[in-house]
Amino acid sequence: MESSVLLPVLALLCALAFVAGRSRSLAVAGVGGMRILNSLPFYYGSLTAFWCALPSLAVVLIWSIFDGVIIENMVHALVPPAAVEAAGGNIGLVMNQVRNLAAGHLSADSVEPAIAAAADRLVALERINRWALTGVALSFALIGAILAWLKINPQLRARAKVEDIFRWTLLACASLAILTTIGIVMSVLFESMRFFSKVPVTEFLFGLEWSPQTAIRADQQGSSGSFGAVPLFAGTLLIAGIALLVAVPTGLMVAIYLTEYASPRMRNLIKPVLEILAGIPTVVYGFFAALTVAPVIRDMGVNLGLDEWLTISSESALAAGLVMGVMIIPFVSSLSDDVITAVPRSLKDGALGLGSTRSEVVKLVVIPAALPGIVGSVLLAASRAIGETMIVVMAAGLAANLTANPFDSVTTVTVQIVTLLVGDQEFESAKTLAAFALGLVLFVVTLGLNYFALYIVRKYREQYE
Amino acid sequence: MQQTLEQKPPVSPKVSAPPMAPTFSIPEPAQMPVSADYKTVGVPLVENAKFAMRDVNVFYGEKQAVFNVNLDIGENEVIAMIGPSGCGKSTFLRCLNRMNDTIDICRVTGSIQLDGEEIYASKMDVVPLRARVGMVFQKPNPFPKSIYENVAYGPKIHGLASRRVDLDEIVETSLRRAGLWEEVKDRLDAPGTGLSGGQQQRLCIARTIAVSPEVILMDEPCSALDPIATAKIEELIAELSQNYTIAIVTHSMQQAARVSHRTAYFHLGKLIEVNDTQKVFTTPDHALTEAYITGRFG
Repeated sequence: MESSVLLPVLALLCALAFVAGRSRSLAVAGVGGMRILNSLPFYYGSLTAFWCALPSLAVVLIWSIFDGVIIENMVHALVPPAAVEAAGGNIGLVMNQVRNLAAGHLSADSVEPAIAAAADRLVALERINRWALTGVALSFALIGAILAWLKINPQLRARAKVEDIFRWTLLACASLAILTTIGIVMSVLFESMRFFSKVPVTEFLFGLEWSPQTAIRADQQGSSGSFGAVPLFAGTLLIAGIALLVAVPTGLMVAIYLTEYASPRMRNLIKPVLEILAGIPTVVYGFFAALTVAPVIRDMGVNLGLDEWLTISSESALAAGLVMGVMIIPFVSSLSDDVITAVPRSLKDGALGLGSTRSEVVKLVVIPAALPGIVGSVLLAASRAIGETMIVVMAAGLAANLTANPFDSVTTVTVQIVTLLVGDQEFESAKTLAAFALGLVLFVVTLGLNYFALYIVRKYREQYE
Repeated sequence: MQQTLEQKPPVSPKVSAPPMAPTFSIPEPAQMPVSADYKTVGVPLVENAKFAMRDVNVFYGEKQAVFNVNLDIGENEVIAMIGPSGCGKSTFLRCLNRMNDTIDICRVTGSIQLDGEEIYASKMDVVPLRARVGMVFQKPNPFPKSIYENVAYGPKIHGLASRRVDLDEIVETSLRRAGLWEEVKDRLDAPGTGLSGGQQQRLCIARTIAVSPEVILMDEPCSALDPIATAKIEELIAELSQNYTIAIVTHSMQQAARVSHRTAYFHLGKLIEVNDTQKVFTTPDHALTEAYITGRFG
């Protein structure tokens, strides 16, 4: 039996445990029938199956966390110190050789006999390991199932126990999301700390020049990178600002039109189209921005004679911002649509009954009542605009210009993270670590924005309800 | 002859009628037929009509909700509209300021005249119409604004006050008339939604009278209120009737009896009877009205 059959066998055992537990509960109930059982037979069966599966899975989990380390240490002992010294004192290189040999990527002739022996030992140990794991896991499954099976009696509160297990499972799922978040934050935080040990925080946050190319060898050109992130923040704000200028008014008016003015036919036509807009992949928006919108904007800028005063670039903040704005229109409109629809009809009737026109109802009653939700949707759109990457990569350029000129090319935090991490990198250089610092800033800003959105929503709620 | 008699099938015992129980059967009033061209009994028309409705029919899509209603509402009169649920009284009321326009599938035919002016004419603008014919709703619906702003809303949108002092005066007068001033004068900036249900409804009445309407429509204004708040609103209606024409839809017959001058009884979309309130509640002309007010259905 190999480890590949472990899971199928375990599943089979669980099924058997379920059937056995269920029938035993019926048997112990005896002539009194199901009425004297504490729980339905199904729960006795499930409990037995859980007792079969959970201990065994726990063993597999713990085993697979530690077995690699243990085997490695056992093989280390076999590697002669001379071989390590030959590899420049780097045991990792030797172990790689051993592993490659064991996996059949190398031929045994090309290496020293000691290493070949170590590789053989590794292969043998791994086989034993798999067998042992399978055996131990299945024994645990059997023992668990039998113990549970023996404990079945009419007084056993099987339902409560099964529901407890479900509750813990649900909690585990919930914790998974939280733990992942904490893990990501921690990793970003620690890498950022490493970055800040190379580059001072103040230089990063307030420096005006961004040029992250650090030389690997001292004799290369441009060996000193500079990591002033202000141009990136400015570029991000410029593009997100343009996007919001497009998306917020348009989205809001779309929502108002759909809820207050449009006939049902119009509504049924426009809503699906907006949903299509929301479903277009951002990369498609990206090349639309880069290939269609950006040249038009450049030509327009030149035709208007703006190039006399401003730099006009073929990759511009305006192109990226406009297209991104179009992209987030559906977010603003559908969220605002929901909150506007939620404004009670009685309020609108009250206003209409006083002789309000439709636009007065919208301006004076609907929007104020829906404001918390609208503000929430705008801030959500802002988060989205700040975090958006693909459109900016393609349409806004890579030049870290510190400018407020929307026709110039700028770059954003997300674009720089992408360019810093794409390609072969070494994880020691300030250039790579800078990506984590930028990620940290992005995270803090988005978190702050979301918190602020909640605060606004809560404040207006108190006032209005 | 003999043969034909024999061919007659024997009377099956199953078919034979059960022995008649000595019950006196009241015809189920909801089933009582009211012909399509039913003519209202009592006195639907008056001399000094503020509102004059002739042959009004209301449809929701295919379904007809109100049939051939002919009714006048006199100047400074309080008319109560009563009837079982779904009888069309609220629908009819909402025709009087064209609130039914907000429902897409609703269609109104016939003639409704306010001071001799056809309100469903194509040139009629609903905005000034609704300022002349105010409405108070079943559930208090103050805006999520301050008490002051709630009352000032109407005067502001209709440009009734150019200066702040004028607006202040309108707000105070309206709140006084609605009997709310003493309770709220120290907290005009507090949200209107923070008031109690009865206060909210009086705030809505203040909001309505702030635009100086000629007619006030009330759609079950007390159905969401407790008895004390109800008594206050009824008192208020009696006072307002000196200056305004009021049409009130109510489920409470006691309320109709207490506040109204005339009462109109609706049944399945038809206006059955209109008479002086006292007559309706003592000697109604129609059997259906009598059945309703004596509580045999409702």
